[in-house]
Amino acid sequence: MNGFAKYLVQRLFQFFLVIFLGVSLAFLITNLSPVDPVEQSVALMTNFGATDPRAVELMREALAELYGLQGTVLDQYLSFWGRVIRGDFGPSLSAFPTPVMSLIMSALPWTIGLLTLALAISWSLGNLLGALAGYYRSNLLLRLSGAAVMALHPVPAYIIGLVLLLLLGFIWPVLPISGGAQMNLQPGFTIDYIYSLILHGTLPALTLVLVGIGSWFISMRSLVSNIVTDDHVVYAELGGVSSGKIFSQYVARNALLPQLTGLALSLGNVFGGAVITEFLFNYPGVGRLLIQGIYRGDYSLVLGVTTMSIIAVAVAVFIIDLLYPLIDPRVRLS
Amino acid sequence: MFKVLIDLLRYNREFAIGFVLTAGIFLFALAHFWAPLPDTAIYLLPPDMPPSTEYWFGTTSRGQDVLWQMSSAIWNTMLFGLTVTIISRILAVAVGMVSGYLGGRWDQAMMTINDTMIALPNIPILLLVYFVMRDSMSWPILALTAALLGWNYDARLIRSVTLSLRNREFTRHAVFAGMSVPQILVRQHLPYVMPVIFFTAMNNLIWAIGLEVTLSVLGFSDINRPTIGGMIYWANQHQAIIAGIWWWIAFPIGAIVLLFLGLFLLAISVNEYIDPRSRLSRMGA
Repeated sequence: MNGFAKYLVQRLFQFFLVIFLGVSLAFLITNLSPVDPVEQSVALMTNFGATDPRAVELMREALAELYGLQGTVLDQYLSFWGRVIRGDFGPSLSAFPTPVMSLIMSALPWTIGLLTLALAISWSLGNLLGALAGYYRSNLLLRLSGAAVMALHPVPAYIIGLVLLLLLGFIWPVLPISGGAQMNLQPGFTIDYIYSLILHGTLPALTLVLVGIGSWFISMRSLVSNIVTDDHVVYAELGGVSSGKIFSQYVARNALLPQLTGLALSLGNVFGGAVITEFLFNYPGVGRLLIQGIYRGDYSLVLGVTTMSIIAVAVAVFIIDLLYPLIDPRVRLS
Repeated sequence: MFKVLIDLLRYNREFAIGFVLTAGIFLFALAHFWAPLPDTAIYLLPPDMPPSTEYWFGTTSRGQDVLWQMSSAIWNTMLFGLTVTIISRILAVAVGMVSGYLGGRWDQAMMTINDTMIALPNIPILLLVYFVMRDSMSWPILALTAALLGWNYDARLIRSVTLSLRNREFTRHAVFAGMSVPQILVRQHLPYVMPVIFFTAMNNLIWAIGLEVTLSVLGFSDINRPTIGGMIYWANQHQAIIAGIWWWIAFPIGAIVLLFLGLFLLAISVNEYIDPRSRLSRMGA
């Protein structure tokens, strides 16, 4: 078996393990909890007034069937897997009778778009700045910009988003602070709609970029400042290789490898930040869906979104893993 | 230990600023033990008072003194963060050191599980736990859940240090001298791993506090127990920004930013202190 095939099998195994463990965990959490989701939903629905006890009993049975809570724990576990594989989490209670899956599917493109854009910007900008700061250590401008992104990095996404919202949406109102696009516009490839998309996406994306950029900067700077003293770099310098070439081909390229691994490892965390940001800016992605589901006590929606986001993050990690051999020839050749 | 601290304070500007900030915020939080009113009491003071000599940071729409609320809130938030950090350090050190020392198949198996857990998104899982627990959710349960989700990355880091120690001369000596595996790990390897533990602990503390702020801002914790995120939650509930009660939001945000800045400066200066290369470059070599 050559190196690439071996690598692929290994990654594929990891991918399935993540999904297996994640889905099992979601099942376990919902099953071990002391709160019965059926009783919770019944209480929610009978809140508004007295209901016929027979109707309540029927509702109980229907809900238990809907949530897959009939039979032994093993039965429930297997039926949960069946539902995950079929992509059928039943109808949402708060948006009855829309299936949970179609709610998720209409929200997912928003999250994927926002996250991909924000990640691409923060990863490339953070790595570029970090690499430059590690290579040209005495440059004052780089040091100042480094200090700025590093100071922002530990602050949680919600706080950065809230401050941006107050500054750019309230004190100096230049950007829309809520929604994914203007309400009265027809979605489609029109200039107006795309302009409105960009305008609405700016604040959420900016929040995620500001949150993410610092950690890339820090790790890239320390990677580069270690590689700079390596023998092959010193040799290239003595050999008269131009400093631009040393920077891009000898230093930055080597340092990018662990950063790509880091990208795969951090996706789960980045997704969490997106959940919060979407909710803050009322952005129509899965994060807002999840938090609204929690506020409305919508059991099937919350379970569906959690399971699907575990799977979606695993898929994204797997895609990055597939890209890795492209920039690291050792995986292809060994 | 003391000497190191004094040296760091004298020669490392980042450490000095971080230390002063963190210590100041800690003292401020400590003051809540002498608060004039219980921190869960509401509507005891005139609501919506702007900052004045009587109420330095103003009062909330719920009739609470923002200054004393913040003092309790920072204390509770820090307590949460420390609980998460301590529990998750125990897990990270145990898994990381054992995995690194044993090596081979054990290492592979443990790291595969570890990598799997890293790839799971934390926030949706925590939200699911909150959702199913609802009113029975308390901060120790939340802390335990966060700790169970927050050790994997650092276990990897600790493992890589132990892995390099395994092939060192003194490890072989210890094995030949008849020391057991736990003895080697604790008495021979732990001193080398200690700096990494300390550094990851700082980062984990920052992460845990950020998590607490995020969850309680959304109201997904015990909302009657004052925390920094909880203050912002209540301010949002009362639409403080629209009502012009800026002090209810601005002061908690300021406190959070200062706390994070302090902890972060401590973390990076400790990291620099541990890494000899950057220490040399600081000295001008």
